[in-house]
Amino acid sequence: MSEAAALQRTPLNEVHRASGAKMVDFGGWDMPVQYSGLVDEHNTVRKGVGVFDVSHMGEIEIRGPEAFQLVDYATTNAVAKLKEGQAHYSGLLYEHGGFVDDILVHKVSDTSYFLCVNASNQDKDFAHIQSLNTFDCEVEFAGPKYAQIAIQGPKALGVAQKLTDTELSSIKYYWFRDGEFAGVTARIARTGYTGEDGFEIYTAPEHAVSVWKAIMDAGKEEGIKPAGLGARNTLRLESKMALYGHEIGASISPLEADLAWIVKFDKGNFVGREALLKQREKGLSRKLVGFEMRGRGIGRDGYEVLLDGNAAGWVTSGSPAPTLGKNIGLCYLPIERARAGEKIEILIRNQAVEAETVPTPFYKRPQ
Amino acid sequence: MNYPENFRYTKEHEWVSLEGDTATVGITFHAQSELGDIVYVDLPKVGANLEIGKSFGSVESVKAVSDIYAPISGEVTEINETLADAPEKLNEDPHGAAWLIKVKVTSPDEFNNLMPVSDYQSYVGAES
Repeated sequence: MSEAAALQRTPLNEVHRASGAKMVDFGGWDMPVQYSGLVDEHNTVRKGVGVFDVSHMGEIEIRGPEAFQLVDYATTNAVAKLKEGQAHYSGLLYEHGGFVDDILVHKVSDTSYFLCVNASNQDKDFAHIQSLNTFDCEVEFAGPKYAQIAIQGPKALGVAQKLTDTELSSIKYYWFRDGEFAGVTARIARTGYTGEDGFEIYTAPEHAVSVWKAIMDAGKEEGIKPAGLGARNTLRLESKMALYGHEIGASISPLEADLAWIVKFDKGNFVGREALLKQREKGLSRKLVGFEMRGRGIGRDGYEVLLDGNAAGWVTSGSPAPTLGKNIGLCYLPIERARAGEKIEILIRNQAVEAETVPTPFYKRPQ
Repeated sequence: MNYPENFRYTKEHEWVSLEGDTATVGITFHAQSELGDIVYVDLPKVGANLEIGKSFGSVESVKAVSDIYAPISGEVTEINETLADAPEKLNEDPHGAAWLIKVKVTSPDEFNNLMPVSDYQSYVGAES
């Protein structure tokens, strides 16, 4: 294999390498895929607290008198519903209704919005939003301004609280506050991609190492561990959170991806609205649905799904689910069969293996 | 990691030890470490014929599935049944208790052509 273009590194790259993490090329970024072991890290986040370097994620800032108009036009969710200090999950779509990306929109103020976007999509997202900007506001590519560290798990609140005077229990799920964290200026958001309670800390890259070390120290008694992209993937899959390039992409609409809840048709015009309305009117032809393996094997990403012996769809993500002790996955199926309780087969290395569609999410944290 | 001196190794990270005309085949410490938590091991049936370089089974971890290639030609005389119920043994003892198969080899020369431990160690060193 030839050496590809130099991989991008987060400010924590050396910390990961020094700790013996296994590193992989993730969409052009040199990222830790695991430290102590995927399953161990997964269970640590479910039962205790784990910490993730997610500094590869992109940020885009939109500021100006008409920032609201641009964000509301560019995204599918209803930005008018957001209060200052609140965030929501949303879609950034093409006119044809497929995803440019899935994103988090944070409302900093009436004239300032902060978007968290996927690492490998950030250039594309930025160009896309800029191309839509006929409004009185500025779009800034802000990825280089931020490191992002996620503290996740039932013990995340207790650990994070040791590092800030901000009363974290008063920040509700999907709200955020700007304050001091581990001695530096940070944006503290109660968000995550694991299905657990937790926080995502945005801070300047030069503070990333000290914040990371402060978190590891603060969590020592609680048995905190760093967790990699491997555990991040199994955690988000159990909670049925979409991953760009798998459940969603340019040729898939939010309606098909079972994400109709992020599309607010009645909010007014937005990019992709016409196409989605048409799709809804005509009726969907396929939809995302969860499955559990019944036979021996794991239906993995890209594997064919059979209905009555015929090719009918494909697996978008599939993996053992460490919390559940089952092999689970998500797949696209023709709409008339895209519901729980269907017997399906998954073609695993040329063998049709039995599986069954099931309700999702596969895992929901105890409230 | 200490790789046994008397084993021979492949670029695909299998190991072979030879006693008489019976070879024991497994995957290396490096292979299991790259794969991570192993959840399934698929092995051929006793009596199957292996051809050097051809896939004869697979090892699947939480994050990926990986083919295992025959490091040597011959007939499978025994498979490690314990791995069906305890695939995690491959993470714990890949050079010992978690051997995969035993093979009656057709041509012992194939064994001599595989990498000795020193070559394999520098190969793994260069790869990581």
